[in-house]
Amino acid sequence: MSRKIGVVRFLGTNCDADVYRAVDSTNGLEAHWLWYEDHFNINDYDGLVLPGGFSYGDYLRSGALAAKTTVMDDVEAFAKQGGPVLGICNGFQVLTERGLLPGALVKNKELSFIDRWVTLKSESKNSLWSLNEKECRIPIAHGDGCFYVTNSELETLRSKDQVWLTYKDNPNGSVGDIAGVLNEDKNVAALMPHPERAMSTWMGSQHGKEFFEKLLVNKDI
Amino acid sequence: MKYGIRVMPKKDVLDSQGRAVKQVLERGGFSLSECKVGRYVEIESEKNKDELLKMADYVLFNPLIEDIEVFEVEA
Repeated sequence: MSRKIGVVRFLGTNCDADVYRAVDSTNGLEAHWLWYEDHFNINDYDGLVLPGGFSYGDYLRSGALAAKTTVMDDVEAFAKQGGPVLGICNGFQVLTERGLLPGALVKNKELSFIDRWVTLKSESKNSLWSLNEKECRIPIAHGDGCFYVTNSELETLRSKDQVWLTYKDNPNGSVGDIAGVLNEDKNVAALMPHPERAMSTWMGSQHGKEFFEKLLVNKDI
Repeated sequence: MKYGIRVMPKKDVLDSQGRAVKQVLERGGFSLSECKVGRYVEIESEKNKDELLKMADYVLFNPLIEDIEVFEVEA
């Protein structure tokens, strides 16, 4: 039986269709929409993905308003019971604003919106989200992608193996070159790059596939 | 009562906007040693300042990257 994966949509989410397709085209996964104003039964799902976009027009702070929506109460409950949650780009911002992931995403160092391919290094070793590929090519497209934590928090993240991915060539000024992080329990993961835009060779890379395949891993790992 | 909430980037957080505005002002021939860009929110409420601080904590600022100041504004 396929694993049921919820794809969360807020007003202003715009990578939802790509993510839905990336999930649904992964053998063993079945995508279902979740709407930001609605509750869902956390026991009906095996995993959740928060796609990228500009929820609430990035008003106030990226992800801040979406973090307070109805659906996020259940996303939090799902995460707290150990369910795998993947945040992509704006989804990453929403998860940090909700407090489910450490740190914050601020404006890129050079202020510009950056839309290009990057090389990511896989850092985390012992979580269900740890990648087999040591390096992968995935596109980024963001204006507020500069990951921030204090130096002491950065050391904590490193010592607890919560640094998931780093940029080989830091494009946005992120502390510690961080492109993706994990929560302490390692079931919630998020990254600024867009794996759903690297699903086949004609797209330029198929390194994105592994990110969705991770949703097949048993959540009790 | 009308309240003002001033939200400013923390000292250690890279204030890209402030830095960019500073560069442009300097290029325009102005002399300045620092420029910071933040956000200003105005709220009208019958509640007291404590309640305003709760609103601020709830969503108006992110304590990891920002500092706030809440004050009463003359009507």
